[in-house]
Amino acid sequence: MGIELAPQQTVLHDMDELSFTDSELDYHVRNALKAAVQGDCDSYNQLVAVIHHKERLVPEEVALLMTCLKALTGAVSCMHIVHHRSLLAAIFGMSLWNYGTDVMDALVELLISLAASSGQYVDLCLEMLVTNFMPPSSSSTYFIELLKQPRGIDKKHQVLDRVHSTFQDIANLVPLSPLRLEKIVRDRMPNIYTKEPFIVMYVENMLTLESGAAGKLVGGSMLVAIMDRLIDLDVEIAWDDILQDDFSKGIFDMELEDLEGFSDHVQQDGDELTRESLMQRFFGGNLVAEKLDSLLVLTFEHLESCSGSGRLIQVFETLLQSFQKTVLTAYKSKFAQFVMFYACSLDPENCGKMFVSTLVNIFVSGVSPAWRMSAVAYLASYLSRAKFVAPSFVAATLESLVNWCFDYCNKQDGDINPRAHKIFYSGCQAIMYVLCFRMRSIISVPRLRSQLLLMRIEDILRHPLKPLEVCLPSIVEEFLRLAKRNRIFSVPDTFVDYGMLESELSRAFGGIERLDTFFPFDPYLLRKSDRFIRPNFVYWSMVRNSYYEDDEDESASDEDIAEAGISIADDISVDEGDAHLDEFDYALDKMSITPRDSSTKFGGRIQGFVQMPSKIRPSTSPESL
Amino acid sequence: MEGLKESEANLVVYLHPSMAKCVNDAILRELSSLLFTYSETFDGVVLAYDPNVRSNLAKILPGIHPYLGVRLKAKLLLFSPKPNMLLEGEVVKISRQSIHAVILGFSSAVIADEDIRDEFKYKVKHGKEVFVSRHHKKHKIKAGTIIRFLVKSFDEEILHISGSLVAVHTGCARWLDANLEEWSQADSTTRKRKDRDEKEQKTADDKMMANREMPSLKKDDRIKKLKKKRKEHT
Repeated sequence: MGIELAPQQTVLHDMDELSFTDSELDYHVRNALKAAVQGDCDSYNQLVAVIHHKERLVPEEVALLMTCLKALTGAVSCMHIVHHRSLLAAIFGMSLWNYGTDVMDALVELLISLAASSGQYVDLCLEMLVTNFMPPSSSSTYFIELLKQPRGIDKKHQVLDRVHSTFQDIANLVPLSPLRLEKIVRDRMPNIYTKEPFIVMYVENMLTLESGAAGKLVGGSMLVAIMDRLIDLDVEIAWDDILQDDFSKGIFDMELEDLEGFSDHVQQDGDELTRESLMQRFFGGNLVAEKLDSLLVLTFEHLESCSGSGRLIQVFETLLQSFQKTVLTAYKSKFAQFVMFYACSLDPENCGKMFVSTLVNIFVSGVSPAWRMSAVAYLASYLSRAKFVAPSFVAATLESLVNWCFDYCNKQDGDINPRAHKIFYSGCQAIMYVLCFRMRSIISVPRLRSQLLLMRIEDILRHPLKPLEVCLPSIVEEFLRLAKRNRIFSVPDTFVDYGMLESELSRAFGGIERLDTFFPFDPYLLRKSDRFIRPNFVYWSMVRNSYYEDDEDESASDEDIAEAGISIADDISVDEGDAHLDEFDYALDKMSITPRDSSTKFGGRIQGFVQMPSKIRPSTSPESL
Repeated sequence: MEGLKESEANLVVYLHPSMAKCVNDAILRELSSLLFTYSETFDGVVLAYDPNVRSNLAKILPGIHPYLGVRLKAKLLLFSPKPNMLLEGEVVKISRQSIHAVILGFSSAVIADEDIRDEFKYKVKHGKEVFVSRHHKKHKIKAGTIIRFLVKSFDEEILHISGSLVAVHTGCARWLDANLEEWSQADSTTRKRKDRDEKEQKTADDKMMANREMPSLKKDDRIKKLKKKRKEHT
């Protein structure tokens, strides 16, 4: 093969009007490299210049670049990491995104050859390939626009397919390279402040690695790193600027999730807002939420494909370990835990049961009280909200919870004491919460009904430790209402804190983290990924309707909600100029959710009567702590 | 194959106090972190370990975290290729300028074309790349062949070996073993004669040794028999 070079090439006047054969060019390149070691850098510098040239290449230049790359591929044994520093820097600075497929192929061959030739280049080659997970940052805006078009998507596939097949090729020659790759990918993972398209693309690549040939070696740490990133994003989303809650409504009334087919219409000064537009308004401007949303879509899709290829259980085991380490221990994560929810929904028999038994174990025999309470909160929320969990399984798990609580209170002879017995109270609250959602479905099966009646729930509730007084009043109230209605338990009618969301005592057992009001699998709020969760999710309105079909006045009035206006909080309005004391008060107030008119406090931030069609718990995150 | 050795090491493994319940598992986990990394103290890459914890006692280190220091003896299998050692590995890729092989499944080796002796010629046969010896047509090196080569250098960080096929006793391992005479004949005849003389000397020596040993062995037997008889009597 010979190439005709345009005489106008200023870069290579020595090679003008000559045509080379492959071996001649090989020879020339080798000589250039050897000469550079000796100190004679002319041909060497020309070579470097060819590599550097990347703007708007005409076909001749492309051909020249390709032949140079091919010649270098053959000459890697002559390369020296120190003497040919600038050439190597030029090669590793190239981005596959800037070139056509021919040059990409030649470059990739060169990288494989370099990596295999000497150990010192392996890390550099892998780093260069990992950098190519995303388009070059110097022309990021151009590529972001390009990626919205079909040809941009094509380009992306061309680049990423080559990158991943190169990893495989290098691994064939250098068996230990996946270990180095794992470390490099983890270290170079973009932080949460990176632009959304880039972080999404990087995570997409990590998931490709997980499901690829090297998946057994690197997959585990990829998943763990992704979960960590999800939690990082999750905790960045502040509840503050999102929703205000109506504190006089009970927990169940606060949730007015609409079913397929009917949407809540909320009016505000004549505007009609649907739930969709509400979500949009709250999260639309929130970049972090959007990133989290996109990443969760990726994760859910990946789990779906794992389930399709039969790998879900192994993947789930890794996720479960990561869950115990980071999600369970993170303070009130909002959405990251839905990864577990979705995985369980794909395989309730194996993954779902594994999840539940892990949570029960942590509750029953865990070490840290906060984690035990957190685990039982996850358990209760999961059993209540997962449509795919069979009533028999719910009953069985409830029984183990009840047994634990019963054993516990039998060993106690003291009186009511929220702090000392907080684990017990959280267990009781969990039992009541699950029964609020599942009572109907359990008692409709005769065998389960008798199983339920045999459980020592009444004994627990009547015990001097008085869980009915300590647990969250709105839950207790709802539970008692249901118990009476279904004639299941005989429990005291009169109840002190009727109508209140929470009480002093519940706050006491919940502690500073407010684990009494922690319901991790409350309705999902992220827009794009909602479609994965929705079909498997039990909304309170679905359950409530089945209980209160006949009763008109007891139904939490949708009409009431429709009438009242909502006031949507402004952007984060914690005034930086406020005195330190104000912030402290603000934090304290955030923790307390006793119903009072707080509209006077924050400079009119809350206007009017705040009525939320909110699906989430009150904002009690002590971010400022 | 050279380069592998077994060593006994006296180790102290420091365990976090939370591991106090499952010491054996923790020890194995700590030792496994040594695998496939080059260690200067052992002068080699640890490939396998066999720990033997002698006592139940461990010293507690003073400090914020009271780590437990467990003493143990471990047998280690080490891989430490030194220059001019003869190694064997499977070829994974052939190119005009190099041969790439994998040793023991984890270490990559490359032999550059200047280290391949002229005897071997690069060819492409039926779409597959192969190095064929000019003198012996059957002596081929292609993907999947086990080759024997000399070590030129060893990169300890990435466990990468640079090898050479210059010497006569390097090449396709199977062919070399099967055709011992042919490649040793490839040398000059003087060397061959030397070898033959050496061989003869060796066999003669061996015979001498055997002769000398036989009587001594017989003696021992006799002594044992005598001892036995004495025992029986007493």
